[in-house]
Amino acid sequence: MKLSPEHLMIAPILIPLFAGALMLLYEDRQRRARMVISLISTVALLAVSVQLLILSKGTGPSDANRIGLYLLGDWPSPFGIVLVLDRLSALMLVMVALLATPALIYAAAGWHRQGQHFHSLFQFLLMGLNGAFLTGDLFNLFVFFEVLLAASYGLLLHGTGQARVRTGLHYIAINLAASLLFLIGVSLIYGVTGTLNMAELALKLPYVSDADRPLVHAAAALLGIAFLVKSGMWPLSFWLPGSYMAASAPVGAIFAVMTKVGVYVVLRLSSLLFGEGHLSSGFGAEVLMAGGIATILFGLTGVLASQRLGRMAGNLVLVSSGTMLTVIGLSMNGASPGLVAGGLFYMVSSTVATSALFLLMEPLERESGGIAALLALTADAYGVEEPEDDAPEVGLAIPGTLMLLGGCFVALVLLLAGLPPLSGFVGKVAMLTAAMNPEGLNRLSAVTPEVWVFTAVLMLSGLATLVAMVRVGIQTFWVGTEDSLPKVMALEIAPVLLLIAMAAALTVRAEPVMRYMGATARALDQPQVYVGGVIRAERVGDEIPGPDAQPLARPEAPPEAAPAPETAPEVAPGAATPAPEAAPPAGEAAPAAPPAATPPDATPAPDAPEEAAPVPQDPPAPLPAAPGAAPGTAGGASL
Amino acid sequence: MELTLSLAIGILFGSGVWLLLRPRSYQVIIGLCLMSYGVNLFIFSMGRLRTGAAPILSKYGETDPATLTDPVPQALVLTAIVISFATTALFLVVMMASRGLTGTDHVDGKERE
Repeated sequence: MKLSPEHLMIAPILIPLFAGALMLLYEDRQRRARMVISLISTVALLAVSVQLLILSKGTGPSDANRIGLYLLGDWPSPFGIVLVLDRLSALMLVMVALLATPALIYAAAGWHRQGQHFHSLFQFLLMGLNGAFLTGDLFNLFVFFEVLLAASYGLLLHGTGQARVRTGLHYIAINLAASLLFLIGVSLIYGVTGTLNMAELALKLPYVSDADRPLVHAAAALLGIAFLVKSGMWPLSFWLPGSYMAASAPVGAIFAVMTKVGVYVVLRLSSLLFGEGHLSSGFGAEVLMAGGIATILFGLTGVLASQRLGRMAGNLVLVSSGTMLTVIGLSMNGASPGLVAGGLFYMVSSTVATSALFLLMEPLERESGGIAALLALTADAYGVEEPEDDAPEVGLAIPGTLMLLGGCFVALVLLLAGLPPLSGFVGKVAMLTAAMNPEGLNRLSAVTPEVWVFTAVLMLSGLATLVAMVRVGIQTFWVGTEDSLPKVMALEIAPVLLLIAMAAALTVRAEPVMRYMGATARALDQPQVYVGGVIRAERVGDEIPGPDAQPLARPEAPPEAAPAPETAPEVAPGAATPAPEAAPPAGEAAPAAPPAATPPDATPAPDAPEEAAPVPQDPPAPLPAAPGAAPGTAGGASL
Repeated sequence: MELTLSLAIGILFGSGVWLLLRPRSYQVIIGLCLMSYGVNLFIFSMGRLRTGAAPILSKYGETDPATLTDPVPQALVLTAIVISFATTALFLVVMMASRGLTGTDHVDGKERE
């Protein structure tokens, strides 16, 4: 096997898998070894994700959007499972890696002593998250969802205690039920369209017969329910604040990104399947809009009503994810891509901030009996005498603790309420500017009522966050400080500072980040690039004449140069159907892989051939129109 | 055959939903099991119902696809069975932990007065 840069794409899945498995070989007492492995893995993950982000940007002057592809097992594209890397998934990968590192450092301060296998579960969670962001296949998405959910069940219960087990029971039950709905949706889509590949599905969806269309819509709605449970849309979100509050601090910090998996999938599928130009376009936009606004309202009411920071942080997660869902709904209804760009910026900023809040919560509430009581309960249930029995690695208590904690808290209030100068403000301004001026700043255009509602609710949520958090701040910092100063470990405050520094960097470098988000949103607006890239993915086997051909044509050279000229001539006239286009390569390799050629025919749907015939006429047409968008086929396993 | 299968799926799923909404955790877990059986049958039926057709291609020579049944749903259903089995086992463990910690099998950890 030859190692080439393309294999970097699968690294975000393999690194945590191997790290998590390797840790199981160490005894539970060797926590330091596990910790080191875990940290190495997370840092490697960060490096790989940043590298993938740079790759996905392409080298073009402005908008080049390169789609990286990785054919698992080198099966031809629409039939095998394919990993797809584009700007959006690269962005999500980086976000997960950025949040994972601080959470892990925080866990090292003591939480990873509270139960077994914390680090392994943490790594498997990262694996599931990364896989869900990378996969281009619906059923594979289900599998990665289950991986991340199974790990999250364990993590939520980490530390045990009555509160965690009770909410854990609810959390598992609702997620199992949602997974079953996911399965029904996936199999229904397969039964109607005969494919599970998201890109091929996008090609086939416009040509589904009128009789079958309600079935596809039912399937999409079922899938939607499954994802919206994960992202916490209003009527499906009652489980969320309770379980996030009960989770231990580092787990809560990484859970802040879990709702964004649901948001990511909704965004991805709405861009691919329900884009403009066919009978199903805009499907579910109203539900997303209304549900998103209801989620923000529910979340802000919860924020105002919360007496404790934990519940407040859970409700802030709801506000953030409701905002994103509304943005997706509005953009499906024809808002400009700028809105999604602003939404993505807001999402990164608010996720970083809620994650930091989960980490800051514990030191803040330690003296007020809240978390101390929980810890005592934990220790009780776990049969250990004292949770802080063996001293943490870094034991120095920071002087001026209160000032430091207060400073962090103020920064988080600014971030979460969306006040200047930090990045929460930038994100909200970007969203509202794009929503109010869909055609650019200097052109007057009618503002739709939905946009007014969105604006009002967004403002209101900022105000509610500000009021509620300042109230908690006053109670914590200005009342009764003289009797006991909270004790904070350096390892506990460092990750919070790290996250706030990230948000600050996001603010200072807002312009390039915003440009990236803008290009991401435009790419989502033109799913043809993604679809075309996946359908035309080249197998590595095609470039090698025989299985034992030694002079391997360097597969990494073409992505830059070759596909660009190939794209234009090959797409317009050729490609009678996706099946024949993919079939010739399979035919060449016929003796080696006979099943590859047949699956399209094996689809029992009687109308499959008729459906497939007209398919590519429409979608590939816009491809030449997007000149910078040469889908680099940067993938392919040379196995 | 279609009628029998759809009735079976409907009854399994319906009883599963009813049990899922019950207050005892044992009922919930049985409900989830029944629902997953219904879902597995549903996935299986999405490959269309055929009797006497194998989902396996012959290694030699051409095979007429019309004599075969779709192998994909059968592969999917295997995955789904394994995953739902594992998660159900996990749920059972959590359920027993909850029983031990709270002393009741109510899903909220306390009896409603």
